[in-house]
Amino acid sequence: MSSFTLRQPASAAMKPGRTRRQRHPLSLFLAAIVASVVLLPIITIFIVALSGSGADWPHLARYVLPRSAVTTFILLAQVAFGTGIVGVGCAWLIVAYDFPLRRTLSWALVLPLAVPPYLAAYAFAEFFDFVGPVQGAVRTLFGFERPSDYWFPDIRTTTGAAIVMTSVTFPYVYLTARVVFLMQGRNIADVARTLGAAPARVFWRVLLPVARPAIAAGVALVLMETINDFGAVEHLGVRTLTLAVFSTWLNRGSLEGAAQIALVMLVIVIFLLMAEHLARRRQRFHAARSTQIKARPPRKPLLGLRGIAATMLGLLPVLSGFGIPLAIFGRYALNRPHQLADPHLAEALITSLATALATALVAVCAALLLLYAASLTRSRGMAVLTRFAAIGYALPGTILALGLLISLARFDNFIDGLAREYAGFSTGLLFTGSAVAVVLACAIRFLALAEGAVQAGLAKLPPNLDEAARSLGRSAPASAATVLLPLLKPAILTAGILVFVDTVKELSATILLRPFGFNTLATYVYENASRGAVEDGAMAALAIIVTAIMPVILLSGSLTRDREA
Amino acid sequence: MFHNAFRSKSALAVLALAGSAFSFSSTAYADDVVNIYSQRQPFLIEPLLDAFTEETGIETEVLFLNQGLEDRIEAEGVNSPADVILTVDVGRLVNVKEKGVTQPVEDETLNENIPAEFRDPEGHWFGLTTRGRVVYASKERVEQDTITYEELADPKWKGKICVRSGQHMYNIALIASMIAHHGEDEAEEWLEGVKANLARKPNGGDRDQAQGIYAGECDIGIGNTYYVGKMMTNEEEPEQKEWADAIKVLFPNTDGRGTHVNISGMALAKNAPNQENALKLMQFLSSGEAQAIYAEHNYEYPVLPGVEVSETVKSFGEIKPDSLPLAEIAKNRAAASEMVDRVGFDDGPES
Repeated sequence: MSSFTLRQPASAAMKPGRTRRQRHPLSLFLAAIVASVVLLPIITIFIVALSGSGADWPHLARYVLPRSAVTTFILLAQVAFGTGIVGVGCAWLIVAYDFPLRRTLSWALVLPLAVPPYLAAYAFAEFFDFVGPVQGAVRTLFGFERPSDYWFPDIRTTTGAAIVMTSVTFPYVYLTARVVFLMQGRNIADVARTLGAAPARVFWRVLLPVARPAIAAGVALVLMETINDFGAVEHLGVRTLTLAVFSTWLNRGSLEGAAQIALVMLVIVIFLLMAEHLARRRQRFHAARSTQIKARPPRKPLLGLRGIAATMLGLLPVLSGFGIPLAIFGRYALNRPHQLADPHLAEALITSLATALATALVAVCAALLLLYAASLTRSRGMAVLTRFAAIGYALPGTILALGLLISLARFDNFIDGLAREYAGFSTGLLFTGSAVAVVLACAIRFLALAEGAVQAGLAKLPPNLDEAARSLGRSAPASAATVLLPLLKPAILTAGILVFVDTVKELSATILLRPFGFNTLATYVYENASRGAVEDGAMAALAIIVTAIMPVILLSGSLTRDREA
Repeated sequence: MFHNAFRSKSALAVLALAGSAFSFSSTAYADDVVNIYSQRQPFLIEPLLDAFTEETGIETEVLFLNQGLEDRIEAEGVNSPADVILTVDVGRLVNVKEKGVTQPVEDETLNENIPAEFRDPEGHWFGLTTRGRVVYASKERVEQDTITYEELADPKWKGKICVRSGQHMYNIALIASMIAHHGEDEAEEWLEGVKANLARKPNGGDRDQAQGIYAGECDIGIGNTYYVGKMMTNEEEPEQKEWADAIKVLFPNTDGRGTHVNISGMALAKNAPNQENALKLMQFLSSGEAQAIYAEHNYEYPVLPGVEVSETVKSFGEIKPDSLPLAEIAKNRAAASEMVDRVGFDDGPES
């Protein structure tokens, strides 16, 4: 981040007429390096896929892909629909109405983000299982005894998986939609109201279309997280493309075939993103003038029963995505209070915190640099590259990490070879199997989150701010550092927190790339889960959730102040 | 102020990470150490490694890694710190050999302790413990006390069988053993029969199948022996004792070729930097002392003849392992995995 200020070209400020077209070799050079590092694992997977013979395809095409592709599509569609409804609905409720507990709910609705999908899947399966509390209550209530006595919806289905994924990912949509409802379209909403449109009509015809790009960005993150998920769908027995990647790789020993399926998944994601982009191409919404950034919309009070109904409505997603996992793991943890004193747990907590902090920093800096470079050059190519760099989020984490592992190890061994030949000593593996590799992998994986948040912040800034600063003689980097960056502070914090939270939850890349003795909370849980005893990881699972919600709560205070002042 | 906070935080994090990275790598390359890449959970092997360190003075470093273990060693190449590889499932052992990340070991102690059917003919891997893939049957609703794998395809079990995903390595090995014994066509017919008998779509782990029997969703489950031992002795979740209490363990094909067993095992990494220590560890793990720990703590069957199984495991009855060499079974893994897809096993009974 500080590179903006430190590396300002000395000549830039002195040639006023050329600010727009000046070159920024250093920032572009840095951006190019960052982009290539970010693309490294994806390119490696691409090469692995190309090196395959295609021998897996007759089998895959005939028996695996048709079914798992359909399952994946259904899952994605249901999750997109679910998170869209829940996320946008909650955002609208919080922004437009006043009801009991509204302030608390405004940040509590972000809490489900702290729950990793694989733990949520486990908790939901327990909760709705035959021996779980819900069916137990049903049986006591109606006097049933056996499963055959009554019908109960099965959570271990595609729709069940969609409910689980929706419950823990809708906050991405909620966060982006709420910001837009708060900050954009205030004026047009007022205009529409004065012209006689009812509030509902204003919402559907004016505010929703204006918020659409932001909602789409949130849903895109949700879909990428859904398509890359392995743990949740595996536990619920839903055969998505990701499971086909793993059975091809592990059971049939074909990493090449697995990489090929992974690329097919990437193509699907790119296709979805492009389709959305094209669909709203002709719509443009210019940011409101800066004076309105601080304007707070008046909220309509809901009184009596309607107020209570609104509270219930807002509470439901929190209870589902946060309450159920908390209840299940809380109960297990209560049976194991001694684990709280386990030194391994404290160690894992510190490692998780340090890793997440470092990853958030790296990812946010990379996102700022890439977006800054893209806006400087104003070239389509750079913009496309920036978007493409974040696509790794759609790959299963293990596959992305494998790509990084293969390329990093090759680099390490190359350096080691050089050192041995010319200097007579061995450097060993410099990056592979070090904490650096873990941070790098997580940063690459979650760059999409950082980019999304920063991009959303940039889009809300009136473009004339930068133009004003530049015409007053600031160079582009100086304008970025002194004018844009401070205004972007909320967006940068959001970006950092999203990456932090996801890194605390991250498992697959960490476990593949970590050095000896490097235990995070997530690996602690997994070591228990992988031998069929998730209960023993309950304390660590709770620690993940608590660690992940802390920044959310800290942030919510400063953000609400910023936005509602 | 925001800037300063951000900067000092970043400096702190970078320092912390650099420090930790350094300390991690320095321990991994110290003298008198042996580095283990393990697919077995650290706390399962901890008692063994503690005993080893006490006896030899050699420290152990464990890296727990499941998917991608062999890919990581392959990528690390000549600089890989891995000495000993510990995995479960014969398929994984064959995989590490085929990936070329192991080296053959010709050692008298190992060959004496470990029966030939439980090790690689060329010495690339060695079994340490075995576990039976058995039938969990409802005590209440299943009367018979013997069963065969073949019988699971019998329509009399329609809507009564529960099992985890067919693509799970333990089921892949079981199906591969059916292919080895009956040939691919007959095995496929069998798998289709089992699929038709499923009570629900395959999901969860082995314990969940016992739970399903307890709940009355199914009468028959397929699972590994040691899970029963763990459920029977689970003091922290006593309800699991009830699940275990609802089932009886049937050893399939006891009157015939024997029950399908899988192994956990070890291999020496190709570029092991601490080869001597690695060999000492491998010898120790096959010794009577270590084998007894395995049996007592993990409810597995030791490979070393003459070492007693735990009282809990004894209560299941006698196991007669299938004598077909495991390496033979492993050859049919890819075919088994494709068969699971072809049959649509994981789609459940009604598809």
